[in-house]
Amino acid sequence: MQEFLHQFLSGLANGGIYAGVGLALVMVYNSTRRINFAQGEMAMFSTYLAWSTMNFGFSYWVAFLMTLVGSFAIGATIQRTIMRPVTNAPVFSVIVVSTALLVIFNSLAGWIFGYTIKSFPSPFPTDAWYSSVYMSAHEVGMVIITAGMLALMFIFFRFTKHGLAMRAAAQNPASSRLVGIRVGWMSACGWGLAAMTGAVAGLMAAPIVFLEPNMMNGILLYGFAAALIGGIDNPWGAAAGGFIVGVLENLAGAYVVGTELKLSIALAIIIGVLVVKPSGLFGHRTISRV
Amino acid sequence: MTDILEIRDLHAFYGASPVLKGLNLNVRESGITALLGANGAGKTTTLRATCNVMVRVTGEIRFLGTRIDDHPTEQIIRLGVAHVPDGRGTFTDLTVDENLRLGAYTRKDKAGIKADFERVYGYFPRLRERRKQQAGTMSGGEQQMLAISRALMSRPKLLLLDEPSFGLAPLVVREIFSILRTINQREMVSMLLVEQNVSLALNLADQAYLIDTGQIVKHGPASVLQSDAAIRRVYLGY
Repeated sequence: MQEFLHQFLSGLANGGIYAGVGLALVMVYNSTRRINFAQGEMAMFSTYLAWSTMNFGFSYWVAFLMTLVGSFAIGATIQRTIMRPVTNAPVFSVIVVSTALLVIFNSLAGWIFGYTIKSFPSPFPTDAWYSSVYMSAHEVGMVIITAGMLALMFIFFRFTKHGLAMRAAAQNPASSRLVGIRVGWMSACGWGLAAMTGAVAGLMAAPIVFLEPNMMNGILLYGFAAALIGGIDNPWGAAAGGFIVGVLENLAGAYVVGTELKLSIALAIIIGVLVVKPSGLFGHRTISRV
Repeated sequence: MTDILEIRDLHAFYGASPVLKGLNLNVRESGITALLGANGAGKTTTLRATCNVMVRVTGEIRFLGTRIDDHPTEQIIRLGVAHVPDGRGTFTDLTVDENLRLGAYTRKDKAGIKADFERVYGYFPRLRERRKQQAGTMSGGEQQMLAISRALMSRPKLLLLDEPSFGLAPLVVREIFSILRTINQREMVSMLLVEQNVSLALNLADQAYLIDTGQIVKHGPASVLQSDAAIRRVYLGY
């Protein structure tokens, strides 16, 4: 029983990372109706930025904040310079561009930082009072950080003027322009926020999977599964989906398929959701009168 | 009487195909000007050109004397133009309240915005009842009221109205048009009204323009056009 609880809770902790990546995917989808396949690699690159910042001698949390700001800038810049020209292009062009971004970020990281695997610190001391046999301090910290991030997102989108404007611009760009919203900038903000969310996921994942250019490969798949389970346009669904995927993956890995086949769980979930319920568990159903 | 909007030799294109071919039109300050014509004549395009949305434009458009034809949409809105688009432009997934908050997006004066919520709810009490409701679930008439209210929330000097009567029951249309008149008289908001319902528009407006295939073919005081034999025959049917 204790073993089961441990597997369950550490799955929940991993789920926080998947929820972060899933949330980033949803945010890009909601602001531009496209999937960003480079989301994982952008998060990886952000993690390298944090690593270099720390190597400069900054403390973890200073590096954390600087990375968030930097990631926002990178995300927004990519949207403005690379994605904007293909806004109205066919969906395949966008897929090709974002896949190209994936490869570029991967190679860029390898070229600048090297392919050797680096260890990455956790901000949560291993002997902290909240660590236990069920969950390590880092796992507890991961859950708290993810929950905090979700809460901030909720407040931002629900209660602030800019959050409302971003939702409006995603839903109805034409009307948004007519009330004076700069729709292009809102898309850029969506990309920036997504890059920021991904960066948090990367920073939380790095102490577990170690820092290397391919660190987010598997995680991106889990993030996709999370976003799809929740419904690709629903941020809360993606967060819930992340935790569901994390727990399922860990339990199945421990008791059913073994660790080698863990990643196939993500693929099975993706295919299962697309076949059975493409709109996801909490997917969006528009009610409208005509 | 000065003109709040002056349009000179306006040409507009969707892609390469021209829709407006040298259109001239003035809207008087504090007045209601109607733009009438058949389907596809270029009425909606004239409004879109004024706000610089979805259409390519050459020519000259002045708002309160300043040229705006090269301004991006959000800047034109900030100057004091509000556009009630065809199809009402409802943010269907957001609540009525959120729709109105978006209308006030360009403003910073919190107290004034709060007062304006009361003001538009005063004009359209039905919206107050439905303030927490998802806007897309409302009836067409209610969504039209919401579109007008959303436009009013920006405190516009000029209101562009694109067929506010479209698809609505006669009773609702009468209600909306009488409120438009009240808004015009009480707040001196100038209006450019596009309508297919000619008699309705001529009753509300003081000036009217008749557009045909991208050009103005007739204009004058609404009362004069109302008794114009050709207009009566083609558009009013008596």
